[in-house]
Amino acid sequence: MSDFAQHLINGLAAGTIYALVALGYTMVYGVLKLINFAHGDVMMVGTFLGYAVAQKLGVERQSTLWGVLLIFLAAMGGCAVLGFVIERFAYRPLRDKPRLTALITAIGISFTLSYGFQLDFGPLPGAAPRAFPEVIPPTEWLIVGDRAVVIWNWQVISLAIAIALMLMLQGLVYRTRFGRAMRAVSFDHRTAALMGIPVDRIIALTFMLGSALAAGAGILYAIKDTAIQPLMGLYVGLKAFVAAVIGGIGNVPGAVVGGLLLGLVEEFVVGYSSSSWRDAVAFAFLIIVLLVRPGGLFGRAAAEKV
Amino acid sequence: MRSALAAVLTSCALALLGCEKKASAPPAPATPGGASVVAPGETPGVSGNAILIGEVGSLTGPEATFGISTRNAIELALREVNAAGGVKGKKVEVRVYDDQSKPEEAANAVARLINQDQVLLILGEVASTNSIAMANKAQPAQVPMISNASTNPKVTEIGNYIFRVCFIDPFQGYVMAKFAHDNLKFTRVAVLKDLASDYSQGLADVFKRKFTEMGGKIVGEETYAKGSTDFRSQLTALKRSQPDGIYVPGYYTDIGVIARQARELGLNAKLMGGDGWDSEKLFELGGSAVEGSYFSNHYSPDDPNPRIQKFIADYKAAFGSVPDSLAALGYDAAMVAVDAIKRAPSFDRVAIRNAIAATKNFPGVTGTISLDDKRNATKPAVVLEVGKGRTKYVATIAP
Repeated sequence: MSDFAQHLINGLAAGTIYALVALGYTMVYGVLKLINFAHGDVMMVGTFLGYAVAQKLGVERQSTLWGVLLIFLAAMGGCAVLGFVIERFAYRPLRDKPRLTALITAIGISFTLSYGFQLDFGPLPGAAPRAFPEVIPPTEWLIVGDRAVVIWNWQVISLAIAIALMLMLQGLVYRTRFGRAMRAVSFDHRTAALMGIPVDRIIALTFMLGSALAAGAGILYAIKDTAIQPLMGLYVGLKAFVAAVIGGIGNVPGAVVGGLLLGLVEEFVVGYSSSSWRDAVAFAFLIIVLLVRPGGLFGRAAAEKV
Repeated sequence: MRSALAAVLTSCALALLGCEKKASAPPAPATPGGASVVAPGETPGVSGNAILIGEVGSLTGPEATFGISTRNAIELALREVNAAGGVKGKKVEVRVYDDQSKPEEAANAVARLINQDQVLLILGEVASTNSIAMANKAQPAQVPMISNASTNPKVTEIGNYIFRVCFIDPFQGYVMAKFAHDNLKFTRVAVLKDLASDYSQGLADVFKRKFTEMGGKIVGEETYAKGSTDFRSQLTALKRSQPDGIYVPGYYTDIGVIARQARELGLNAKLMGGDGWDSEKLFELGGSAVEGSYFSNHYSPDDPNPRIQKFIADYKAAFGSVPDSLAALGYDAAMVAVDAIKRAPSFDRVAIRNAIAATKNFPGVTGTISLDDKRNATKPAVVLEVGKGRTKYVATIAP
């Protein structure tokens, strides 16, 4: 029983990170119908930015409230700028080209970032993994029995942040002018432009928001799993993409539910069958969800109009 | 005219690629443009005053510190050899290619070293998966290859041109099983291994067999995928079986994180591993969680032997850090290669191969190296304990 509880906690903690990364995937897809494969790598860049700021702050100040806020804001701000640059110079020129062109470009950006960051040149970090500092000093939030079940403060904080962000994004998309503009662009960006919606600005802002979310997720990921290295974005990015598709890509609550579900499925596969099956079952789960509900759990089935 | 233009273009492209891959080969004066073209009738890899050897290593990618240590040590070895007058009046130069820690890139790099650079012999790799990919290219071309640190038996089984200067997995697995059983008095041990790594699988298999033969019990077994940084599910499952120790024959990139997460979950079993743990990064990634763990290794920097201490001092002076065992093995691989070139009657690759195969009692940094008839080195292993920012020598276990 205590095993079950611990697996549940582990799974939720892993799923939280998938959920946060999946939120960014879903936002960009929702507006542009572009699977931004560079999203995981933007997350990696954000994590390294946070790492650099934490190093500058030093051990004393990095775990104070202002220190942590500064680390998050610097990483998220930096990635917002990166997201803007990527969108402006890589995706915008291709917007009216076939979708495949933009997809290949996204993969190109992903590789440029993950392999570029492995160079040992100037401010680039080099390939060796680093240990992310303990900016949220880990304390046990709840211990049951003789450490049979342990919940840590950062697990609670991450989950709370993920749910808060989901609610905020949902509010943004459905209750603000910006959100209405986003939905209009998503529906048909040419018509939206005719209605006077500044399409370029809306798309750029969506990208910046998605990238900032990725950076925040990256820092929480680093707090959870310590080791950061330039290829980390590929693995997490792939899992988050699966999570977004399970939830229904383009759907904000779907991303969070998909992420948590994927984390739990992986966890229980390892806990109660064999760890060798973990990734196979995770992807099989994706296929089953898509067979039963092609649009994902929360997605709407799109009728093809002829 | 057209072929001249093509030649210029090719050499430019190669020079560019060389920069991009951060190859640290010094520009060879006899081979302008970066491409060494061997005229017909000449021996591959040998020109007027230079011998060119190749090296493939993981300079980027998850196991980058392995490749960087190896490259540094080979550079140091050749610097010493060349300062002492080189081999048979020729300088030894090395062309290094990065395989990004990927087997397919390692195979490509070997093809390039053989076909374009025409090297005499090849050094590398550390990861067994990459060395196997390399050996599959080097053996058919009959180019001698010395792996510095790949311990999976399959590497040298590929053919008679493939050698190594380190011990093999069955021995490492045996060393840790013996240490766990005899020195630590463990009876219940669990295994956590990297599913996709030949190295990790090899060590785990032998460990399980030997430990069971000695009378111990394997109480749990889990795997993980390369790239994952969340091992909590596996550790929670292992915790249930209450092991005395957990054998984790993985690489340092994962070990630090595994140690942290094990302690976080209240799993206090001792962790044990192999030479893949050996990196300065282990202390950074594992922090206090990894202290008190044990791993088998090729050499200990604590060894007072003057030959070892001189190597450590030289390496520190050149690169500013204490050499890990991959550096020590890289140095030995280069020195064994140089020794063989010296002893060989000619620069012919067959002669070089025979000379390497005849290596007996070569005084290396990682012990006295003799190559057996399966082209593996036989030598003892050491067991080290992880301490605060350094390792402590615990025991030597002979074959």
